[in-house]
Amino acid sequence: MSQLPMAGAPANVNLVGLVKNDYRGNPTTLCAGCGHNSISNQIISALYELSVLPEDVLKFSGIGCSSKSPTYFMNRSFGFNSLHGRMPSIATGGLFGDPTLKGVAVSGDGDTASIGMGQFKHIMRRNVNMVYIIENNGVYGLTKGQFSATAERGLQLKKQGTNPYMPIDLCMEAVISNATFVARSFAGNPKQVKELIKAAYSHEGIAILDIISPCVTFNNNEDAHYSYPWGKDHESPLQDITYVPPRSEIMLDEELKEGEIREVAMHDGSIIILKNLEKNYDPTNRFEALRVLEEAQRDNLLITGLIYIATDRPTLADTYQLVDTPLNRLTESDLRPAPAMLDKVNALMF
Amino acid sequence: MNKVVNDFSIIVGTKNGSGSSTANTTILRAIFKMGIPVSGKNLFPSNIQGLPTWYTIRASKDGFLARREDQEIVVAINPDSFTKDLASVAPGGAFYYADDIKQPITRADIAVYPMPIKQIVRSDTSIPNDFRDLVGNMIYVGTLAHMIGIDLEAIHAALSFHFKGKQKPIDMNLNMVKAGMEWAKVNLEKKDPFYLEHMDKTDGLIMADGNTAAAIGSIFGGAQFVSWYPITPASSLAEAINDYFPMLRKREDGKFTYAVVQAEDELAAIGMAVGAGWSGLRSMTSTSGPGLSLMTEFAGLAYYAEVPVVVWDIQRIGPSTGLPTRTSQADLTFANAIGHGDSETIIILPGNINECFDFGWQAFDLAERLQTPVFVLSDLDMGMNQWMSKPFEYPDKPMDRGKVLWEKDLEELKGNWGRYVDKDGDGIPYRTIPGNKHPLGSYFTRGTGHDEQARYTEDNVTFKRNMDRLKKKFLTAKEYLPKSVTHMTEGATIGIIAYGSTEAAINEARVQLEKEHGMNTSFMRVRAVPFTSDVDDFVHAHELIYVVEMNRDGQLQKLLTLAFPEAAMKLKSVAFGDGMPASAKWVCEGILAKANGAHTFEAVAAADNETSNNGSKGAN
Repeated sequence: MSQLPMAGAPANVNLVGLVKNDYRGNPTTLCAGCGHNSISNQIISALYELSVLPEDVLKFSGIGCSSKSPTYFMNRSFGFNSLHGRMPSIATGGLFGDPTLKGVAVSGDGDTASIGMGQFKHIMRRNVNMVYIIENNGVYGLTKGQFSATAERGLQLKKQGTNPYMPIDLCMEAVISNATFVARSFAGNPKQVKELIKAAYSHEGIAILDIISPCVTFNNNEDAHYSYPWGKDHESPLQDITYVPPRSEIMLDEELKEGEIREVAMHDGSIIILKNLEKNYDPTNRFEALRVLEEAQRDNLLITGLIYIATDRPTLADTYQLVDTPLNRLTESDLRPAPAMLDKVNALMF
Repeated sequence: MNKVVNDFSIIVGTKNGSGSSTANTTILRAIFKMGIPVSGKNLFPSNIQGLPTWYTIRASKDGFLARREDQEIVVAINPDSFTKDLASVAPGGAFYYADDIKQPITRADIAVYPMPIKQIVRSDTSIPNDFRDLVGNMIYVGTLAHMIGIDLEAIHAALSFHFKGKQKPIDMNLNMVKAGMEWAKVNLEKKDPFYLEHMDKTDGLIMADGNTAAAIGSIFGGAQFVSWYPITPASSLAEAINDYFPMLRKREDGKFTYAVVQAEDELAAIGMAVGAGWSGLRSMTSTSGPGLSLMTEFAGLAYYAEVPVVVWDIQRIGPSTGLPTRTSQADLTFANAIGHGDSETIIILPGNINECFDFGWQAFDLAERLQTPVFVLSDLDMGMNQWMSKPFEYPDKPMDRGKVLWEKDLEELKGNWGRYVDKDGDGIPYRTIPGNKHPLGSYFTRGTGHDEQARYTEDNVTFKRNMDRLKKKFLTAKEYLPKSVTHMTEGATIGIIAYGSTEAAINEARVQLEKEHGMNTSFMRVRAVPFTSDVDDFVHAHELIYVVEMNRDGQLQKLLTLAFPEAAMKLKSVAFGDGMPASAKWVCEGILAKANGAHTFEAVAAADNETSNNGSKGAN
């Protein structure tokens, strides 16, 4: 359906003939300075730069501040702001209508790590073809500042006192639940966020992106894990990551520093390039992924980058071997068996 | 002794998980094959193995297929229920039992036939040890066959069907049936009057259960997406869909036009179904009461967001630790108001196997036409038991996909559309479907916080306008819903209203009321909520109406009272819920208790006062 740009088209037109504005949404209604807005902007930039047709994207979300954000990007895409913690099920069913579409979902730590924990786990198990972004701030914003399940133990909040429970590490949960793409980033590092969104979008299957996105209103004490100051001080990138779409020549980003470069091929033929900062980190090794997460927890670090990727598992739609025509374009002749088949059924009854 | 032919009930008491269901359905099917109207009901516990379970079979030359309380023939195989089973034999009836049960026979008013089941099985050395208990059940089939006259040919046909033509199990079981027959021929003397004789009353009919019918009907309705979570008594619906999809929707390229997903729970089952309905698929889920509770929030969202989806509720009794394997009609008011806030849902109510099939495909037409969840309320008795039925009939209408706009439609409209605009004045807006590539084709879906263009707003005036349109849509729905089934009796001033599987009991009760009590009644079986206009006519055409249903609180009666408040005083509830399928006896007694012997409005009102004054009630 997409049209290639005309010769001599303006430089800001991407490969499907759209400008960045075609990827924007409504003005945000979240707090000024909210990390979620920064992530929305990176989603816009990433999909624009990837030349994704907005009509090929289905937006999904649950309930919470983060789940409001699909309104703030990609107005030309269909979207469904569903129920608390149950975005995964809406998305799982919603993506069956036309498997050529890809899901871009936004959830929060309240939405995913509490009521949504079950559905979060099961959408990974099923490897639904979707980017699953968790805008993680350790706090419930929309209900005005209660602890979420990712809040660190000992965190103090104004009305809640001290959090007595251990936090849930969503990346660790994702790795052990057989997610095929697990990454973590920090909203204050927009370039990495954008590159990871691009990589996640190109991954065929479920791509979990846990983005620490500080709540400027309810959880931004300097010592809190989900605050900007803490994040900036404790961020430990696994790799410098540059995403190169398959349709253009592979070029290294000018910011890329010296060091070992590893290419990871995505399902669609595109490649992500990882630059290992400390050692040869192998994101295809599940054991290594768990190790770095465990070590980060021990060392009080925020591991960012692509933590784990597996490219050998079929997506849910692949598993079901659906017809080439999208299911939602099939008509009565495809769907209603012929009268003779009913005679056969009746004959099968006693 | 006068022979009683083709008019008696058999009950078999066994242990759950002992393989007796093969034997029992063999008897049922064989009687059907002999042309005798017959029904079978499995009364089973929530248990995999060991607890007592009963199977009732009723042969009725007059075609009455409801459960009966009286059992003329009792077969006792389970020592644990022996005493109860012996006591349950109707006076003058026959009692067959496994003679390894060493318990006293305390009745002299019945014919008693001990059967040396274990001994006979052991004498056939060709039977592997593991199979002895299983095929042993066929001894009582053979004994009964000889004593009451079940055709061996008919038994053979039933076994061939059951074992899908596999010769080895057919032979092994048939040999046991023959052994039972031979033994009975030599050793038993007939001392009771009950016989079966050939009829032609089942010609052209089939036997099926409602869940299978619903599954096949759904497939002929073009089902594309089914998500479900196991729950008795609904599991067999989704399992039947799994069974029949490959045959009915087979394609040359080997690819699939459908997907069935076993979800992680009912929350996800309906979530996926709503997602699929939103993405343009004919989408459904199936569940029972507790599952329906879990589906509530999504059902509410789907109502407000106007997403088509079909939800089958195979009703049963209460919580999982209630009587989860017993039938009920107690989800009606819950389904009617399911959701949160002002929500009124569309409910259709199949009353027999054919309607389970018909509503299977019609539910999708309704859901897509009305862009709303459609609930189909069946029950365990209809869903899981085998019923005689006319063959399924091919849909008489093409699919109704409702108001959907694709790219070419939007081009014609020059992109001028709004998701929630009531363009046609019937409350039903136009929708687009994900994958629509028109740049103006998409919209953002949320609950009620939107305007006609699906833009976010919390404006009070816009909200109310939208809610009023939803109400209008609900009223529009009445034009599309299935009308009631009505049996009018000339001159009758008393009406009976019911729904679902109770029809067999009510039809029989109406004959008894007329013959034994001089009470003429008309009968209406409603098939949808909101009530279609014919219900209004029926309510107002009768002086008194008994609303018969299988629950405690008279849920249908309550909904009728809300719909027709001016008729409230004449809508009398005959509600009874103990988990057993309806019988003519309780329908009769319930109505008579309510009527207190008098069939006028005044008399019933007086009886009502009296019982409430006494603080005790009969059938309420």
